[in-house]
Amino acid sequence: MRPVVAALLRKDLRLELRTRESVPAMVLFSVSTFVVFRFALDRERLEGDLAAGVLWVTLLFAAVLGINRLFVAEREQGGFDGFLLAPVDRTAMFVAKALLLFGFLSAVELVAVSVYSVLLLGPSPFQAFPGLPLVLALANAGVAVVGTLVGALAVQTRARDLIVPLLALPLLLPIVIAGAEATAPLLAEGGAGALPGRWLAILGLYDVVFGLIAVAVFDFLLED
Amino acid sequence: MYGRGLKPLSIASVAALIGAFALVFFYAPLDADQGFIQKIFYLHVPLALVALGGFVTGGVYGIKHLRSGSREHDMKSYVAIHLSIILGVATLATGMIWAKASWGAWWVWDEPTLVAFLIVFLLYACYQPLRFAIEDPDRQMRYAAVFAVIGGAFVPLCFMSVRFAQAALVHPRVLDQTGGGMPGSMFFTFLVALAGMTLLFVTLWKFELSSKHARAQLAALRRRVASA
Repeated sequence: MRPVVAALLRKDLRLELRTRESVPAMVLFSVSTFVVFRFALDRERLEGDLAAGVLWVTLLFAAVLGINRLFVAEREQGGFDGFLLAPVDRTAMFVAKALLLFGFLSAVELVAVSVYSVLLLGPSPFQAFPGLPLVLALANAGVAVVGTLVGALAVQTRARDLIVPLLALPLLLPIVIAGAEATAPLLAEGGAGALPGRWLAILGLYDVVFGLIAVAVFDFLLED
Repeated sequence: MYGRGLKPLSIASVAALIGAFALVFFYAPLDADQGFIQKIFYLHVPLALVALGGFVTGGVYGIKHLRSGSREHDMKSYVAIHLSIILGVATLATGMIWAKASWGAWWVWDEPTLVAFLIVFLLYACYQPLRFAIEDPDRQMRYAAVFAVIGGAFVPLCFMSVRFAQAALVHPRVLDQTGGGMPGSMFFTFLVALAGMTLLFVTLWKFELSSKHARAQLAALRRRVASA
């Protein structure tokens, strides 16, 4: 399966490098959302709960943008047909897309968190290391798995752009709850608090449960 | 095919519900703090539990559909989820009435059970938009089944993560190990109400399945007449 995943991933990365469709849009969207929050909340600096909340809402909506685009090229350019004609395991498509989404999210977060700490974040972002990258990585894994499922479900429907956010927001809410609760003490004014372990456990559990379900059901979304 | 046993089932569910309400009003004691409004508990909690059970049942039939590809299992999954959404609306409405009466607000955010139920309800509210946005009938069944499986797993996960989010719990936890600290008469009434609601759900489920089945047969017969 590994060469298939690698081939699909190479294809998708090359596509992204040439078209620059997803990641720049997600980054731009995140930065605009920070600006919107600055005026909507009428606060120049954020810390603690509020800082964590704004960060997670922004990353969630940016992720929805990425999920929306994830399978569009496959459908419109006949990528699904080509893949289904090849004698390979169909789970490879899921693994490749989930890895791709994970990579996209990590790239977006690298830029978005830096911009966030310059524009809005009160406390220094360095106090949140290494907790914040760990929480983000666990959350990204969950978003990647669920996002790939939702993207594959929605891409064959008439109202793709509507279905993706409607399905993704409730499904990803546990990640936002756990992520925001885990990052709030890290972004507290006057030094980071301890990283709450139980939220990491919830994130890990979510990743494992949905990872297993996704591997079990993804094949049915490609069958034709 | 689904019509068999429908009559005794309907009679049993009507009898169970009448019995439950008789017990609620004439047998179960008045709650010491909340008084009469606490009686809504015998409606609200069975509604919620049956709705959640219906969502999970929909997921189980979703798995069965994915394994067999049969249309029947898809119909069973669809009707279970569709009925549970209706029960979910009723749960939210009765819950809000109870919250207003006993906590003084229509909605309370520090209640894990309320919030988790709302999230689950919002997710399942997308079931029908998703299902009917797919034209090809085979794909529609398959995708709806995938959704049902994902949702069925999401229900317990969501309740767990939201419950962790709040340390303090005000919402009564009915089904914990101790029976929620209820006196036996209240617990007995609750069990009868739960049984009545479950029977009602099964009756409605079978009714809708038989009506859908009859409609499909009628359409098939019409096509045969038209082509003959």
